[in-house]
Amino acid sequence: MIKFLQKLQRRTPLGWLQLRRDPGRLRVALAGIAFADVLMFMQLGFQNALYDSNTRVDRAMRADIILSSPQALNLQNLSTFSRRRLLQAMDIPGVETASGLYVGTLTWRNPQTRLKATVQVLGFDPDIPAFDLPEVNQQLDKIKILNVVLFDRGARGKYAETIAQIDKGQTVTTEVENRTLTLGGLFTLGASFGADASLMSSDQTFLRLFPRRDPASVSLGLIRLKPGYNPQQVAAALKSHLPEDVRVMTAKEFVKFEENYWQTASPIGFIFGLGTAMAFVVGVVIVYQVLSTDVNAHIKEYATFKAMGYDNSYLLSVVFEEAIILAFLGFIPGFFLPNVLYALAANATALPLYMTYSRAALVFTLTLVMCMLSGAIATRKLQSADPADMF
Amino acid sequence: MSAIKIQNLSHYFGHGQLQKQVLYDINLEIESGEIIIMTGPSGSGKTTLLTLVGGLRSPQSGSLQVLGKELYGATPKELTAARRHHGYIFQSHNLHGSLTALQNVRMGLEVHPNYSNKEMNDRAAEILTEVGLGDRIDYYPDDLSGGQKQRVAIARALVSHPQLVLADEPTAALDSKSGRDVVDLMQTLAREQGCTILLVTHDNRILDIADRIVSLEDGKLSDKATAKV
Repeated sequence: MIKFLQKLQRRTPLGWLQLRRDPGRLRVALAGIAFADVLMFMQLGFQNALYDSNTRVDRAMRADIILSSPQALNLQNLSTFSRRRLLQAMDIPGVETASGLYVGTLTWRNPQTRLKATVQVLGFDPDIPAFDLPEVNQQLDKIKILNVVLFDRGARGKYAETIAQIDKGQTVTTEVENRTLTLGGLFTLGASFGADASLMSSDQTFLRLFPRRDPASVSLGLIRLKPGYNPQQVAAALKSHLPEDVRVMTAKEFVKFEENYWQTASPIGFIFGLGTAMAFVVGVVIVYQVLSTDVNAHIKEYATFKAMGYDNSYLLSVVFEEAIILAFLGFIPGFFLPNVLYALAANATALPLYMTYSRAALVFTLTLVMCMLSGAIATRKLQSADPADMF
Repeated sequence: MSAIKIQNLSHYFGHGQLQKQVLYDINLEIESGEIIIMTGPSGSGKTTLLTLVGGLRSPQSGSLQVLGKELYGATPKELTAARRHHGYIFQSHNLHGSLTALQNVRMGLEVHPNYSNKEMNDRAAEILTEVGLGDRIDYYPDDLSGGQKQRVAIARALVSHPQLVLADEPTAALDSKSGRDVVDLMQTLAREQGCTILLVTHDNRILDIADRIVSLEDGKLSDKATAKV
């Protein structure tokens, strides 16, 4: 290792000097790498936003253990199970409360544009807070009134005026299924891919909005434990106590379950994965073009070095040196640009887009691999650097 | 001791029906410290012979000893190692455009593992001063004239004090004055360092520096091969 460093120390940084000598080519290379990096960051960012936004509601639930139908797929496709299971759950020691949550999607008229739009409705008993959202819990009294709901400030769509009106304390009404709905207050959760906007309502309002839903069939069961009980142990006890027609998960498992759905069952994870792979390939092609042009431009000089007694591995090291330098330099703009784009896209889509260290590390690793791979392909050109044929 | 000893060396290009013999049964011995000029018309095989001696090609038959090392049957690795012991000067200077004169000359030392960073820089600057470019050590090749570039190339070939210098038409791209300067320089430096020079040229104006002239025609060394000038 020390030997290697000593070797490195006395070595002329040929790759760097070569890159620096041709600023035009260097700029093109860096722009190409930054472009690939931006693409990768955006793809991975959107993918992460998808998982994040789709588990936002799940993560906000005020529950230690969550019951669902065994047929549940995700928050938009929960199916239902019998409310009786909640009462049965109360038999297990450690269970403090077990309340039902009704989840449904309906089409309403956007109060601002009067156009039809889809919203997700979350209905629960206002006496037992279902969410860990202070804004919701402070306004539970409002939704106790029939046909009054709370509206999501982070909703996607043209709701800016509506939100401003509610903020000013004005009453905003709209129409759902020939019924007038009052937006009594606001909370902040944010849009997801599955739902543009969410409404919080009481279970009574929910059942009026969805007249075909059976009050005895709930979408989810939220179980809170008494202090000092381990969710995993209680969940195990619930599993053996309750019949097979209900699935028991701890809150963490439930979030994971939802995330897993979007990762595997939906094509979205695949699409963004493919997008990232394409960005990677684009990067390989661009860097390869630059490196192979560079090798071609210096092929005579390389042949001369060979004639002087440098071996092939020396020339390989020059190409890889260039690849690594390009990866490092290209990553700088490739890291800062996405931060700006994330902010722009987050504004436009109301999705939680932001930079994370782990993603930056991942993209940097991919950039390095990308450049090394291009370098490896470009080095094939070095074989034509034969001093005997050249002079 | 002879620096180069060539016995029954033949060389072919191509394969099968297209095979063409370019060197026929060459026998040549060059003493240490001799300056040999090899002349001959284009296509006579001069460059081929030079690249064989320089370890840029593998000998196909016969025997070729350079600086006491048999190159016939040498592995590519051994050939690479052998190249480090001679300086090679090409028809065009072949300097690296991204490196300054000093860095180019340094490359001739870097291939040897036993020089320190400072030694390399000092020696490179020193030999550049000797070839008259002391004030241009930080110039890029693009900013030097043809003769100056060729002088840098000579400095690069000689900086590691090789026992053998091989030059392939080093004056071809130069006007007569700079050509003359370049060969004089080679001669002086070689004399100082006591190295053997094998120089291929068409240029009649520089024949006088040679101890001996050999001429190659159609791949054969002609009779006057051993004639002393």
